[in-house]
Amino acid sequence: MLDFAALLPYSHVFIHGLITTVEISLLATVLGLVLGVTFAVARQYGATWLSRVVNVYVELIRNTPFIVQLFFIFFGLPSIGFKLSAWEAGTIAMVVNLAAYSTEIIRAGLASTPKGQWEAGKVLGLSFKQTLFRVVIIPAIEKIYPALTSQCIIVMLGSAVLSQISVQDLTYAANFVQSRNFRSFESYLVTAFLYLFLAILMRKAFNLIGKRLFSYRAER
Amino acid sequence: MSLVNIHEVHKYYGDLHVLKGINLNIKAGEVISIIGRSGSGKSTLLRCMNGLEKYQKGGITVDGKEVTTEEIQVRILARSVGMIFQSFNLFPHLTVGENIMLAPTIVLKKSKQEAQETAKAMLDKVGLADKFDSFPEKLSGGQQQRVAIARALAMNPKVLLCDEITSALDPELVGDVLKVLEQLAKEGMTLVLVTHEMNFARDVGDRVVFMHQGKVWEEGPAKEVFANPQTDELKNFVNSVL
Amino acid sequence: MIEFSNYDIIRNLLIATQWTVLLSLAAFAGGISVALCLTAARLTKNPALAGLIKLYVEVFQGTPLLMQMFLCFFGLSLVGLNISAWNAAVLSLTLFTSAFLVEIWRGCIDTLPKGQWEASRCLGLSFLQTLRYVVLPQAFKVALAPSIGFSVQVVKGTALASVIGFVELTKAGTMLNNATFEPFKVFAFVALIYFALCYPLSLTSKILEKKFNVSR
Repeated sequence: MLDFAALLPYSHVFIHGLITTVEISLLATVLGLVLGVTFAVARQYGATWLSRVVNVYVELIRNTPFIVQLFFIFFGLPSIGFKLSAWEAGTIAMVVNLAAYSTEIIRAGLASTPKGQWEAGKVLGLSFKQTLFRVVIIPAIEKIYPALTSQCIIVMLGSAVLSQISVQDLTYAANFVQSRNFRSFESYLVTAFLYLFLAILMRKAFNLIGKRLFSYRAER
Repeated sequence: MSLVNIHEVHKYYGDLHVLKGINLNIKAGEVISIIGRSGSGKSTLLRCMNGLEKYQKGGITVDGKEVTTEEIQVRILARSVGMIFQSFNLFPHLTVGENIMLAPTIVLKKSKQEAQETAKAMLDKVGLADKFDSFPEKLSGGQQQRVAIARALAMNPKVLLCDEITSALDPELVGDVLKVLEQLAKEGMTLVLVTHEMNFARDVGDRVVFMHQGKVWEEGPAKEVFANPQTDELKNFVNSVL
Repeated sequence: MIEFSNYDIIRNLLIATQWTVLLSLAAFAGGISVALCLTAARLTKNPALAGLIKLYVEVFQGTPLLMQMFLCFFGLSLVGLNISAWNAAVLSLTLFTSAFLVEIWRGCIDTLPKGQWEASRCLGLSFLQTLRYVVLPQAFKVALAPSIGFSVQVVKGTALASVIGFVELTKAGTMLNNATFEPFKVFAFVALIYFALCYPLSLTSKILEKKFNVSR
């Protein structure tokens, strides 16, 4: 029989794990997106060599599993002198991962900018930087915003893997609880729903931010 | 007995009353042009005539068969009613020949050879005999629309519904399509056209139906309607389009 | 202690790679089959079925694959179903894959202009005939590139089977790491093998996408 009451004594463990997951995901999302925009600009408008370097990075990350990236950073880097805590390694892995995916997504948005926007910027005397940040970037992000939202959620869900290097996140909490009360199904089911809740919350948050960011749409 | 019988048809989109009691009878061999401003309900009426749209009250029969949106009924109806769309709606993954042969082989269960012969004859009729193996995207808009006509004709319909079929075409391509329609009219095909081509409606059509605000506002023999409109609405409309 | 040469490491990793490939194939085949059934169910336009499928997609896309795997592995065995790590991995990856594929395909089918359905109806084609002769051949072309693109996610997803103890490429990597204490080298090799598996798929998907965009 299912016994969800057996989880109640451990509610503080779940809450602690939930907070860690939210913290790391928030940090990774912000840093990952900032890097993503930077790399996307470099990839789309940078010198050929820079564009190539970014492309190699993007393809390497996109074509290897997150857990392997995590192990490489957590186990591999210290062996050549970079000492990292589990928390640091986990956050770096998520940032590196999201940055690569968002680079590709945002680049596609930039590439779809009509040529006329650049030309209009130029004839008005705007510099490249001004045109990019005042004219081009917001509509470009708007175009790929749904894909970007989904990717950020995927990376947040991927953080479950951090439990494997002993980051005390939500999944770690689930493992801990089920090892104590042997209620694995209940423990994982509740945890799965907590993640689902986070995913839904995150989508809501992105929609709200999107409304602010693209408010020029609603004005009309 | 008329071929198409429309009796007190009402249609609503939610609260919007788009057709307000339409009555219209169409005899075999007639060429009817339905004109009116956009939003007057003319395309909706046409789409009700072959079950693409539901109507809530009244009745429509074509060739003695009741028109409903039930799938099985629509399929029976498809054998007597052909339809041509503004946006052609050719199947892009099939060649011109395959487009025309598809329905005759799988709906009418004709042999491939028979369907092919029909397809070639129909293509010849619309002046595109040499395009049998081309893909639709390689053709001009006017050619695509003529293929669509050939595709509808291959089902040997009793009546052909044309929904603004020249509206998406470049002006210089309209003539070819209209020429095909004129030929069909001469051969006695029953045509119901929703159209903006007023010259065609006047010169080729037998009867003109002017729709306004979801009603048949005025109707009559084509030449008379244009020469001597009775209502202000039609006068305004004729003045604005001619 | 046994000495491991680079050759030994790579040889062992490649042996384990076979299981990664096999697991990927099984999961992708399973995912396609389930997604086909779900797509067919969705196309019937039954609102209850459509709602259920939406929920299914929401749940499997909104929870971590790792959690799904745990539930299949630990959860089902607790309910009395004894399930091997292989079976749990195939099952959870199948469900996960199908949830994404059904959503990808929905997009592909929905991009078909409404006129294609209407024209078919006016020509007297039945629902199934319209699917068979008009909708699916076109949707297949559109769906091919994103589906192959998603297969990369499936290959990468198999790495999580290592967590429930199935010995595939990643698990072999951690085992070799424990034996050699050369994590940098071992995980770099592991990553490179995954890259060799995934990159051709990514590239194929990209080329197909370009080709398709040009052809229309």
